[in-house]
Amino acid sequence: MGIDIKFPIGLMFTLLGALLTFYGLFTNADAALYSRSLGVNINLWSGLGMLLFGLIMLVFAFRTHQSKKR
Amino acid sequence: METGFTLSWIDYLIMIIYFVFVLGIGWALKRYMKTANAFLEAGRAMPAWVAGLAFISTNLGALEVMGMTGSGAKYGMLTTHFYWVGAIPAMVFLALFMMPFYYGSKARSVPEYLKLRFDEKTRGLNAILFAVMTILASGISMYALAILMEKVLGWNFHLSLVLSAAIVLGYTYLGGLSSAIYNEVLQFFIIVIGLLPIVILSLQDLGGWSGMKEQLAPIVTEKGFAPDTWTTTWKYTGSAEANPLGVEWYGIFAGLGFVLSFGYWCTNFLIVQRAMSAKSSTAARNTPLIGAIPKMFIPFLIIVPGIAALVLLNKEGSGFTLPEISPGHYNYDYTIIALLKQYLPAGVLGLGITALLASFMSGMAGNVSAFNTVWTYDIYQSYIRPVTGNKETDDKHYLFVGRMATIFGVVVSIAAAYLASLFGNIMDFLQTIFSMINAPLFAVIFLGMFWKRTTGHAAFTGLLAGFFIALLHHGLTVPEGAATLVKGGWIANVYTYPVEMAQNFWTAIFAWTTATLVTVVISLITKQLKTDDDLKGLVYSLTPKLKEKHVAWYLRSSTLAAFVLAIATVLTILFW
Repeated sequence: MGIDIKFPIGLMFTLLGALLTFYGLFTNADAALYSRSLGVNINLWSGLGMLLFGLIMLVFAFRTHQSKKR
Repeated sequence: METGFTLSWIDYLIMIIYFVFVLGIGWALKRYMKTANAFLEAGRAMPAWVAGLAFISTNLGALEVMGMTGSGAKYGMLTTHFYWVGAIPAMVFLALFMMPFYYGSKARSVPEYLKLRFDEKTRGLNAILFAVMTILASGISMYALAILMEKVLGWNFHLSLVLSAAIVLGYTYLGGLSSAIYNEVLQFFIIVIGLLPIVILSLQDLGGWSGMKEQLAPIVTEKGFAPDTWTTTWKYTGSAEANPLGVEWYGIFAGLGFVLSFGYWCTNFLIVQRAMSAKSSTAARNTPLIGAIPKMFIPFLIIVPGIAALVLLNKEGSGFTLPEISPGHYNYDYTIIALLKQYLPAGVLGLGITALLASFMSGMAGNVSAFNTVWTYDIYQSYIRPVTGNKETDDKHYLFVGRMATIFGVVVSIAAAYLASLFGNIMDFLQTIFSMINAPLFAVIFLGMFWKRTTGHAAFTGLLAGFFIALLHHGLTVPEGAATLVKGGWIANVYTYPVEMAQNFWTAIFAWTTATLVTVVISLITKQLKTDDDLKGLVYSLTPKLKEKHVAWYLRSSTLAAFVLAIATVLTILFW
């Protein structure tokens, strides 16, 4: 119906993933922040995972879009 | 225990971005909502994977997530019975044997299928009950959400209620069922990604699965069970006393695996509606099967952290606590919240909270979008203003009614939320009533689909009889230690069940058996008013078999079903 849901999903996770990745990078030295997560920079890892997922969704969305045009 | 969090700017930013997308999807769909069919049935155009994820997401509401994580702590891996035996077989059955009739009959709702197969009174009874219950359910999840926001985030109860209602109203009013479905897919991904860090961190903290198992042994032994009870599923179901569920294997099999799960998955319109929105009959059959694949793995996402929480709770120096209801009795509903607090720093914490809020709201949206369909087609169109024959004005009119029903549904939900805040037991009450309605409904629909002799009078009587027997059974039995009459025994106390779960199972089994017997007997003594021609496409023996020859072998429902059952079997054996 109307829109391809892969676009908004891809866009949102790319955006949120990038946000968390940057936040993770900037707070990397903050040991107090990551003491809860056992010293793991969980923001960075989650961010990268979401970024990857978002980009894969976008690639699929563009491919569907292209094949529909043809 | 202090349940509150302090969120930082990054957490709020994540939350805001999510809700901008949620409303944005509704906004983008607005221009496609020109007919009642587009608004209420999503135009029957959903790809199978979208419908499938929405199908499973509808069930993965916040109350489910919170409840199942709590059950993970209370019962361990035995909780997976709600998934591997309590959902998968029913979902496969729905896909292979029932979807062809729901979808192929062109019925727009489960009540409408009842009308086509049986008669007006059977539809009317089901439609009205469903409409009332759905709105109450939506109100209760709204209430639970507002309570959570008040306790955890320190937000104002009334403001939280109105704000969440406004967001739900916003996107369902704009985009109807499509909007609800798309947002369920979005919610599915955010909940998986938002909760994954807890699974990984809690297991890492406890030294992996084997480390957790080792630390569980003394805790479980102290409760009076075998050391590996919390990490196995069927091993200790030989007797009811050996496992914390308090039910034997045959009770689990018949109660959970058959009556309760088939009643829920195969007849609940809220769920079935997702599959009905699929774009083709093959897609409709594949919807529950695609949903079944993630469903099998959800236990690892929400039950395993619950088990970890039990270890943390008993571990000195872990700093992990749960709020207590009374001294020594924890409120396990807060398990997931406490885990979020334990492990997640600012950033992913926002993601986790957003995931919970998202699943509350999509639960409400799901209820509202099912309500407006049943209201518009099964109540308004049937009893108040029937179709006039002028397609254009009809379409406009029913679209308008559907939209108004959405507003009405949200407003009544708010009222129901306040009702829930006055009567704390309303949720238990609702769940009890639901199980009393679903089991007979499954009996009747099943007989209707597979036995052409089933008559309308029989179906109607069967539904009522099943419901009254369930009510009677509930009124005559109590679970051990029940404090209120909502739990049962309001007529007299004839039998005491060791746990509430066992009582629920047997209520459903009695209801189903009665409904089946009554429907069969009355069918045999009343006249079938429908001809074979009327029943074509509605009954198994009178419907031509669906051909799937043009579909690639790996996309056929039978292949997918075999695949799903194989994985469920492997998982069951692995965690036997």
